[in-house]
Amino acid sequence: MLTIDKLPLIRDKALWMRRTAFTMVHKAQLGHPGGDFSAIDIMATLYFGVLNYDPKRPDWRERDRFVMSKGHATGALYSALCAAGYFPEEWLPTYMQPKSLLNGHPNRNYLPGVETNTGPLGHGFPVATGIAIAGQITGATYRTFVLTGDGEQQEGSNWEAAMVCGHRKLANLTLIIDRNRLQQGAGTEETSGLDPLDDKYRAFGFDVDEVNGHDHAALLALLSAAPGTKPRCVIANTTKGKGVSFMEGVASWHHGVPNAAQYEQAMKELV
Amino acid sequence: MAASPHGAAPTTAGFQDCRNIWVQTLETLAEADPRIVAVVNDSVGSSKLNSFQKKFPDRLINVGIAEQVMVGVSAGLANGGRIPFVSAASCFITARALEQVKADIAYANFNVKLVGQSSGIAYGELGATHHSIEDLAWLRPLTNLAIIVPADAWETAEAVKWAAAHEGPVYLRLSRMPVPDLNIPNRVFRSGQAETVREGSDVTIIACGTTVHLAAGAADLLKAEGIAARVLNFSTINPLDEAALHAAAATGAIVTVEEASVRGGLGGAVAEFTSTNKPVPVERVGFPGFLPTGSTDWLFKEFGLSPEGIAAAAHRALARKA
Repeated sequence: MLTIDKLPLIRDKALWMRRTAFTMVHKAQLGHPGGDFSAIDIMATLYFGVLNYDPKRPDWRERDRFVMSKGHATGALYSALCAAGYFPEEWLPTYMQPKSLLNGHPNRNYLPGVETNTGPLGHGFPVATGIAIAGQITGATYRTFVLTGDGEQQEGSNWEAAMVCGHRKLANLTLIIDRNRLQQGAGTEETSGLDPLDDKYRAFGFDVDEVNGHDHAALLALLSAAPGTKPRCVIANTTKGKGVSFMEGVASWHHGVPNAAQYEQAMKELV
Repeated sequence: MAASPHGAAPTTAGFQDCRNIWVQTLETLAEADPRIVAVVNDSVGSSKLNSFQKKFPDRLINVGIAEQVMVGVSAGLANGGRIPFVSAASCFITARALEQVKADIAYANFNVKLVGQSSGIAYGELGATHHSIEDLAWLRPLTNLAIIVPADAWETAEAVKWAAAHEGPVYLRLSRMPVPDLNIPNRVFRSGQAETVREGSDVTIIACGTTVHLAAGAADLLKAEGIAARVLNFSTINPLDEAALHAAAATGAIVTVEEASVRGGLGGAVAEFTSTNKPVPVERVGFPGFLPTGSTDWLFKEFGLSPEGIAAAAHRALARKA
C-alpha cells in the first residue's frame, strides 16, 4: 500500500493550507473561507497524493490538470499552489491587495499552476472537458480533475459538459463535487435541489462514487485509482467551514471574514 | 441553431460565398499543422465543414447544440496544446456564450479562434434572434480579442491564415452573403491596418466586411459629382488602426458603414476615437436595432447599406463639415 505513506504528508499539508487560507482571509478581510475549508482536504489529497506535476515546469504538456471551477475558493487554491511550490510564501499576504497576482478569483496569466480563469460558476467543468478531449485525441496520458461546488451544479453549462463527457467516454476526466450542501445563503436542497446527484451523473454516463470529502485515505484511494472506461464523478460529502468549530455548517461563512478574536480562536483549533 | 439554415444565397456573377474559401484555407492549414482542430455546435453543414470532418474525423469536435460548452471546451483544447477554430453562427457563438468568450477565452487569454458564421443579417427573414448585429459592440471591450471582419474571399483566406499563426484569441466575423473581390493590386493582409480601397480627401468612408464593396460603389457615385471620397477597408476592429483614423479625421468628414448595429460597433469605435482626438462629423450607416421582417438584400437597401445610401450619408457628413 504505497499510498498509505502519503497520508501524514497530506494531513500536514491540509492543516497548513487551512491555517494559511484563514490567515489570508483575515488579513484581506475578504474571501470565501467556508468553501475553502470544505475543499481543502480534497485539494491536499490531489496535490500531495494524486497529481503528477512539476511546479518548475507549469506548462509541461503531460502534467495532470487540476481545474478549480469553484474559483471563489482562492484561499484553498492559492494555499495549495504555494504548498506545491508554484510560488513563494511571500506572495500570500498580498492576497487581494492592489495589483496582487493573487486576485480574488484565479487568473492563469498571473499565477503559474492556474489552468484557467474561473470565478463565474459553471466554467471550469466545460474547460476541463476540453482539456480531456485534447488528451483523448492526442493519446496523451495526463489526467484531468475538476472541482466544482455543489450549488454550482445548478449552472446549466455543467450539464452541457456532462453530456459531452458521457458521449465521448472521457475516462481521463474526474469531476469532484464539493458536496457541502450549502450555497451562499441557504441549503442547496431548499434553493434548487440537486439530489439525487449520483443518479443524475450515472444517467449522463459517469461512474459515480460517494466519499467523505474529509477522509484523506478514502479520497486518496478513489482519486488515485486507474481510470476506467467512463468519466468519473466523485461526490465528496463535506462540511462547509470544516475544521473550525464556529464555522462548520454555517452558511454565512460562505464569504464571512473573521475578526481578531475569531482568528485567534481558529488558529488555536487548527493544530 | 437555425432549424433550417438558408442555402447558398443567389450569387451575382463574380460574387463569392466566402465560406468556401474559409474552409478550403482551414483544411490546407490543418493538413500542415496537426494542432488545428474545429469545434462546432452541430454547425458542420452551415460552417461548410463536411469535408474537413471527412479528412480529419478526430479533429472535428461537435459538442451538439450547446454553445457554452462549445466555447469552454475550446479553451480546454487550447490548454491541451490544440489550436481550436470554433465555428458557429455568430449570433450564438457571441451572444449565447458571451460569458465564456469573455472569461474563458479573452480574460484567460487562450489561443482560440472564434469564427462567427453568417454574421450580421445574413439570416434575413429569420429575424432578430438570428441576426448578429450586436456582436461587435459586445466584443469590442475585450481588448485582447483581435476582431477581424474580412471584406472578400481573398481577405477571408488571409485572415484565417493570420488567425492560425497569431498566438492569442481572435474573433473572425464571416458572412454568408456573396461579395465581389475588391481587386486591389498587390494586396498584403496586415492585421490592425486599414486598407485603402479608394483614394480621396473630401470625406472618408470607413467600412468593413460585406459593406466595403458598397462603399467603393458610393465613392464611384460621389466621384461623378466631383467629390473625392477615400474608402477604407477597416477589417480589423480590434485593435483600431489609429493612424488611419487620424488621417480620416483630417479629411474633415467621416462615414462609417457596417452590417451591424450603429451602436457600439465600428461606427461607435470611430466616434469614440474622433471625439477624443479630433471631433469631425461622423455619419454611421448600419442598423438601428431589431429589424422588420425582410430579406437580407431588402434590409440592406431599406437601411441605406447601398452605394446610394452611403453616398447620401457622405453628403450629410459633408454638409456638417466645418
